[in-house]
Amino acid sequence: MTKKQKKMLARILVTAVMMILLAILPILGIPQFILYLVAYIIIGYDILLKAFRGILNGRVFDENFLMAIATVGAFALAIYEQSGEYSEAIAVMLFYQIGELFQSYAVGKSRRSISDLMDIRPDYANIEIDGKLTQVSPDEVGIGSIIVVQPGEKIPIDGIIEEGTSTLNTSALTGESLPRDVKSGDEVISGCISMTGLLKIRTTKEFGESTVSKILDLVENASSRKSKSEDFISKFARIYTPAVCGSALALAIIPPIVRLVMGLPAEFGDWIYRALTFLVISCPCALVVSIPLSFFAGIGGASKEGILIKGSNYLETLSETKYVVFDKTGTLTEGSFEVNAIHHGTIDNSKLIELAALAESASSHPISKSLQHAYGKELDRSRVSDISEISGEGVIANVDGHSVAVGNKKLMQRVGSEYISCHSVGTIIHVAVDGSYCGHIVISDVIKSNSKEAIRSLKQSGIERTIMLSGDSKAVAESVADELGIDEVHGELMPDDKVTKVEELLKSKQSGKLAFVGDGINDAPVLSRADIGIAMGAMGSDAAIEAADVVLMDDDPMKIAKAIRISKKCLRIVKENIVFAIGVKLICLVLGALGMASMWLAIFADVGVMILAVLNAIRVLFVRKL
Amino acid sequence: MKKTYNIEVDCANCANLMEGAAKKTEGVINVVVNFMTQKMIVEFEEGVNEAKVMKSVLKACRKVEPDCEIEI
Repeated sequence: MTKKQKKMLARILVTAVMMILLAILPILGIPQFILYLVAYIIIGYDILLKAFRGILNGRVFDENFLMAIATVGAFALAIYEQSGEYSEAIAVMLFYQIGELFQSYAVGKSRRSISDLMDIRPDYANIEIDGKLTQVSPDEVGIGSIIVVQPGEKIPIDGIIEEGTSTLNTSALTGESLPRDVKSGDEVISGCISMTGLLKIRTTKEFGESTVSKILDLVENASSRKSKSEDFISKFARIYTPAVCGSALALAIIPPIVRLVMGLPAEFGDWIYRALTFLVISCPCALVVSIPLSFFAGIGGASKEGILIKGSNYLETLSETKYVVFDKTGTLTEGSFEVNAIHHGTIDNSKLIELAALAESASSHPISKSLQHAYGKELDRSRVSDISEISGEGVIANVDGHSVAVGNKKLMQRVGSEYISCHSVGTIIHVAVDGSYCGHIVISDVIKSNSKEAIRSLKQSGIERTIMLSGDSKAVAESVADELGIDEVHGELMPDDKVTKVEELLKSKQSGKLAFVGDGINDAPVLSRADIGIAMGAMGSDAAIEAADVVLMDDDPMKIAKAIRISKKCLRIVKENIVFAIGVKLICLVLGALGMASMWLAIFADVGVMILAVLNAIRVLFVRKL
Repeated sequence: MKKTYNIEVDCANCANLMEGAAKKTEGVINVVVNFMTQKMIVEFEEGVNEAKVMKSVLKACRKVEPDCEIEI
């Protein structure tokens, strides 16, 4: 609790004790009045002061004014009617203050707990000066400096490991609990925690440009981009308070005058009481605080899961998404080519891979990389000689004294080898040794293990249509779409075509919003053209963080569905709060006007609704199981 | 030119009012008050004296919410 809050708590306790004593002890007449007045001033002096200053500044209709008028009115009424019922005015003030205290405590608490979720800011960096480790502020470390990260410490700045190995915990950034092993030469990003070994890192960026700073900046500013719901509420609050005050004034004056005209007793006291009840009900706090709090909690909860949402407005758009357009490579597939199958091998499969990898060993083509990867061992290049690369066909090389041809159909024709065509989708690598066919290797992009699950999960979250765009051949794109259960697929698209396609889709869709999911590397224009752009696998990629509205820190496609579910939950709670708060207030206003609501009900309508709305808003934080 | 200032304000509606008041100040194009992070993002007009503008922003805010604080 802050000092301010503690002081308020003390005032509330003192007043509460005084109220109880005054109710029990037989004090009557003038002393009773004075003691009640003291209690009233203890609990309400700041409100009265603020109301007074508000009037001086020409601001009449604020909540302080409402509370001051309502309680002073109730007090005056008690004196006028000589009922000794001063307690009501004080109780109203007391509960109002309890509500305010709770609000400031709850909001402060949730603000802090949300900020703690994003507690990835490193406090210092270790630099070696004259053989001794010195802690300096990360801001002071220049590019190219060597920093030392000890086990258990956060990596403060992006860089490349010069020395040491360790296991990194990236969960603060990605929500992914699986640790990652790193060794010297690997690029590491700030915000990860080094768990096992000592690392020496050469920094490649300044602190301000490092991943961790970028993410913090993004999340902290996210709630400044306000959603339509928030705009609606602040506009609503601007009209609502004066409207209720006006009605209260009318309620206090018009009915008694009408009654007088009709020859009935005016009953001023009764109507003024109703008007005061009106004023107490009117405070728009429940609405005004709970809506931004819900969005803030939604953004905070999502960032804990490695989903960065750049603004409340995007959270809102995300919840209305009905169409999801995917880029294929890197989004639904790994984007790295792997040996998928070996067909018609006349020699041992591992031997076939070994020969192919050796023959291709001089090439820097991705195919060569995947062959080497599949071989899995260090290549002994001394076994290879006379390498000749035939452009557009493949490689012929001498391996262990045999002429090995590795390439496509054309190469097989060239070396005069019979070959067997393949029906699999992907790149087909035929291998012939000394002119006789030894089989072929199928290399293709691998679908991510949970892509299928992700598509199904999206459907369950209310996505009507999934569409995949790809630069690959139609056959490849269609087979991937088929396997994943995607509704619509377009292949052989150049980057520009993707923008055109998304524009077409935007035009043809009937309702809902369209999201585009890409890896953020070369689809920035599409990301910004869609209603909402989602970039995946953005760890360390500045371009993606820049271009997208929603950034997924790792490349797990399940996170897309999760982000949509979080947004839906958040918006559902926002709507609940709007309907609940406005609904209860309207009902209480009607009851108040009819004389059926006491001050107590009015207090509930104000403070009770606010507390319930805040508690409801905090529910948005719990997104783990979504 | 956009600048971010730390602020201190207790209630969400007061933050709304501050935003409204600050927007009307001369020399600013737009103001966003973020109650949750207790920040005020001010977009200044070209070539104005920011310190001076912020003084009148604070004054305008104090009028609607006497308790508020802006770290200028």
